[in-house]
Amino acid sequence: MEAFDYVAPRSLAEVYSHLGNGKRTLFLAGGTDVIVQLREGRRHCDQLIDLKHVPELMRHGFTSDGTLEIGAASPLAEIYEDAEVQRRLPGLVDAASLIGGIQIQSRASLGGNLCNASPAADSTPALMALGARLVIGSASGSREVAAEEFPAGPGQNSLRPGEILVQIKVPPQPAHSGAAYLRFIPRNEMDIAVASAGVRLVLSPDNSRIEDVRLALGAVGPTVILVNTNDLAGKAANAETFKLAGEMASAAARPIDDMRGGVAQRRRLVSVLTVRALNTALQRATEAR
Amino acid sequence: MTTVEKPVYSVIGTRPIRPDGVEKVTGKAQYGADVHLPGMIYGRILRSPHAHARIRSIDTSAAAKHPGVLAVVTHGDLPAADDRVEELGETAVNVRELSSNILASDKVLYRGHAVAAVAAASPHVAEEALAKIKVDYEVLPAVVDVRDAMREDAPLLNEARRTKSMGGQVSDRPSNIASHNQFKAGDVEAAFAEADVVVEREFTTKMVHQGYVEPQNATAAWNSDGTLTVYTSTQGAFAVRAQLSEILRHPLARIKVVPMEIGGGFGGKTVVYLDPVAAVLSKKTGRPVKLTMNRAEVFEGTGPTSGTYIKIKAAAKDGRLTAVKATLAYEAGAYPGSSVGAGAMTMLSPYDVENFEIDAYDVVVNKPKTAAYRAPGAPAAAFATESAVDELTKKLGIDPLDFRRNSASRMGTRMVNGIAFPRIGNEETLDAAINSPHYRSPIEGPNRGRGVASGYWFNAGMQSSVTAAVNSDGTINLIEGSTDIGGTRASLAMQLAETLSVPYETIRPTVADTDSVGHNDVTGGSRTTFASGLAVYEAGMDVRRQMCARAAKLWSVDPDDVVYEGGKLRCTKDSTRELTFSELAKQSARTGGPIVGKASLLARGAGGAFATHIVDVEVDPETGKTTILRYTAVQDVGTAIHPAYVEGQIQGGVVQGIGWALNEEYAYDESGRMLNSSFLDYRMPTTLDVPMIDTIVVEVPNPGHPYGVRGVGEVPIVPPLAAIANAIADATGHRFTDLPMSPRRVLEALEGLE
Ligand SMILES: Cc1cc2nc3c(=O)[nH]c(=O)nc-3n(C[C@H](O)[C@H](O)[C@H](O)COP(=O)(O)OP(=O)(O)OC[C@H]3O[C@@H](n4cnc5c(N)ncnc54)[C@H](O)[C@@H]3O)c2cc1C
Repeated sequence: MEAFDYVAPRSLAEVYSHLGNGKRTLFLAGGTDVIVQLREGRRHCDQLIDLKHVPELMRHGFTSDGTLEIGAASPLAEIYEDAEVQRRLPGLVDAASLIGGIQIQSRASLGGNLCNASPAADSTPALMALGARLVIGSASGSREVAAEEFPAGPGQNSLRPGEILVQIKVPPQPAHSGAAYLRFIPRNEMDIAVASAGVRLVLSPDNSRIEDVRLALGAVGPTVILVNTNDLAGKAANAETFKLAGEMASAAARPIDDMRGGVAQRRRLVSVLTVRALNTALQRATEAR
Repeated sequence: MTTVEKPVYSVIGTRPIRPDGVEKVTGKAQYGADVHLPGMIYGRILRSPHAHARIRSIDTSAAAKHPGVLAVVTHGDLPAADDRVEELGETAVNVRELSSNILASDKVLYRGHAVAAVAAASPHVAEEALAKIKVDYEVLPAVVDVRDAMREDAPLLNEARRTKSMGGQVSDRPSNIASHNQFKAGDVEAAFAEADVVVEREFTTKMVHQGYVEPQNATAAWNSDGTLTVYTSTQGAFAVRAQLSEILRHPLARIKVVPMEIGGGFGGKTVVYLDPVAAVLSKKTGRPVKLTMNRAEVFEGTGPTSGTYIKIKAAAKDGRLTAVKATLAYEAGAYPGSSVGAGAMTMLSPYDVENFEIDAYDVVVNKPKTAAYRAPGAPAAAFATESAVDELTKKLGIDPLDFRRNSASRMGTRMVNGIAFPRIGNEETLDAAINSPHYRSPIEGPNRGRGVASGYWFNAGMQSSVTAAVNSDGTINLIEGSTDIGGTRASLAMQLAETLSVPYETIRPTVADTDSVGHNDVTGGSRTTFASGLAVYEAGMDVRRQMCARAAKLWSVDPDDVVYEGGKLRCTKDSTRELTFSELAKQSARTGGPIVGKASLLARGAGGAFATHIVDVEVDPETGKTTILRYTAVQDVGTAIHPAYVEGQIQGGVVQGIGWALNEEYAYDESGRMLNSSFLDYRMPTTLDVPMIDTIVVEVPNPGHPYGVRGVGEVPIVPPLAAIANAIADATGHRFTDLPMSPRRVLEALEGLE
């Protein structure tokens, strides 16, 4: 590993004071991506800014309107172990609880998962499906973007110089809705998604029709892909419609062939995963919560 | 547990705690990475980015000037090596090739091939300095697949290489085929002509790695008096010493190898990689030098097992296997010496088959030089045989285990190398499988299937030395030199306790360094509990004899009138004369000094091991993913000295076999670059990927050992590849002949994708 400076600011203002000094900068949230990448020489930096001592970045909670606000560096385990999060957002728990194993989950953050911007990042499709918004901060103020606007390419996010990701906001979920996230891996843990699907299904009050589907696909394009599913609105929430959604997923996928998966395999998998995730989402939408 | 003619033992067959257990579970055990010596510095190795290239020149001057760097070495710093073969027990190495593998000489033959090394005050500085070494390569075309390498127009790894055949013939053209051997008997063509059914198939397996958790490491201290001490992770300290002596041209007695605890080896830690480099760096700097590999280096720079191509034609008549014709081609990696011979010699062992013709080719390719891996060569060969046998039984509509039982080898059956089996437990193993709760239960449900397969491994004997020093309080220090890789401190101490009828807890076993015990071959070939066990037994008998003599002296009787029984010494002529083991031990000082039992031997009579496995799988037709639902491994172990460790060995072998069958592979791009040199992408099974592996331990004692011990550690990896392929064929109707049967490959086959 190359030598770099390490700084551990105690506030956002202090974080910003270290930016714009001309140094190549990386951030240390859980470190589960960045330390590995630095050790392997895949990323390089002059300074590593530890975010774990900034209180705003390390807490999460629901606001009075039901929005879940998550500090960008909060460990995944703290989020998915929260009983309220489990009750209100099982689709987020699906994703947060399958990243790595327990050691990884005790360090790794949603912010790191988003900023590392792997097309196979597990939390990203789930957050997109839930309609999450991201709060981006800098010395000159803050801005908000939708989760689907954040990834810019493999390993690239859309943060500008001087900016950091501060918070992830998951809005209160509509009535009669359910969400789910599923990925396919060759083993049963410790693997990168070959393909994945995050869905949120909103039903009509009598559960008979689909009002809205949000569908995001992982590992089948340069970034996580949010699929246009407008054609599903108004249809019955049944196997035939879900099959159609699966076909839409296959059609939207832009997979590559690499040692982790093939093109045809990935197209097939996103369709299967979409159908299976929709079945879980349907069950969650119709279960009394 | 099935028991055949089993004597009554008091210690053997119990499950005591292992002597090294507490240290290991509390993290206090000392591994190679824990070694810290005063003044120690760190080395890093520069590796070839090319799969095949000529080294035009190496310029180390900038690296040598890098601040903090204390030495840079290349192949030129190693003494010139002889073209001579050194036996390492399970494997043999050509010293010149070994030396070129340690640090490349004129050519690099695989990506990851070591080219130069740097020693510096910190490993990070050493790594920075590596980037300053300028190597001028002339990149050559690479060949990474065994069949491509066999083509006449294939790029040659070594222009001087000729094919050697049995009987000393040498080809006139250069070739990547290092050797061709044949095993033949009967008349295969006649047997095919009159067979009821014939199956012909081609099979391939990919190069796979042992996947031990602990990477290779070595710390060397070259002292100013020319003595060299090396602390290392190895399956055989004496084998490391021998290789160091050959490579460095340094006398054996001036080299001390200290074996640290080992975090797995499975055959891969029998050859050296880092040790000689650490030694020359230490010699150059006068400081102790430590080298450790990272995981990518382990994958790219150490010895996995061969990728293989096997073509097989098998025939059955009257419900028995009657003929097999097979061609095996194994990737040796960069230098000759794959395990194809062992594959050829084991593939028919479970059967009494009269007609066979097996051709075995050892082929060099631009990949790391292969090393031993658990029953080297046998799993891929069994994959072919046992898949073909499965198809024969399906065509005949015969139960696959009944068919194997009808064709089974037994005492007197000749192996393909002409040697007749002594007492073996193949039939007992098959019977136990047929009668197992697993095999008697139905397999139900969609997408599910069951497969069975058998396997064989020779097991080895080789050299062992032990010393049993009796202390004045009746406790015993057992000094041995076999790396404890699978619970052998316990299994050896137990055999000594049994021989002397003393409590297991009174014995403290130690794995000593090469200065402290006589020569011991590597812990490999499943030999330690057998061969070092034999030495322990003889050392125990030596103690008994000495104690009888001491008692005779004390009692002033004839030594022939003293017997050793149940841990006591008795005079047969005078029933009042009796001493316990520890009572007599207390008297050792006044009866003639310390009592030390010794044995050094070349163990013969290793007993071969047979296994039959049963597996149920479910294949998700939409994703191609295979789930192992239930797995039962039946094995003849001779005598289970410590049944828990025997079961552990069987379970471990099966898990590695599952990985090999389903996901593990060295994935290469066209240029010979490995694409998955990390545990993330080299997919070994995790605990969540395997069910409880049930074991059925069959005990048919090995007549070649006083307690009937056979080796147990290797044969369990032999049947899983075929057993799982047979189960997947049963579940899906599709026969997979290429490993791994990854979800991708299964999905593509089932859905006809791509
Ligand atoms: C063994 C193992 C298993 C894994 N399994 C999975 C898995 O199953 N699924 C999966 O998706 N990932 C997996 N990962 C990858 C990794 O754990 C996740 O991507 C994790 O969420 C990263 O979070 P982190 O907090 O550790 O990020 P870090 O490594 O701390 O940071 C990652 C990147 O994001 C940047 N960054 C972090 N926080 C901010 C911020 N607030 N503002 C701006 N930039 C920031 C950093 O500069 C860095 O480039 C695994 C990793 C390991 C080592």
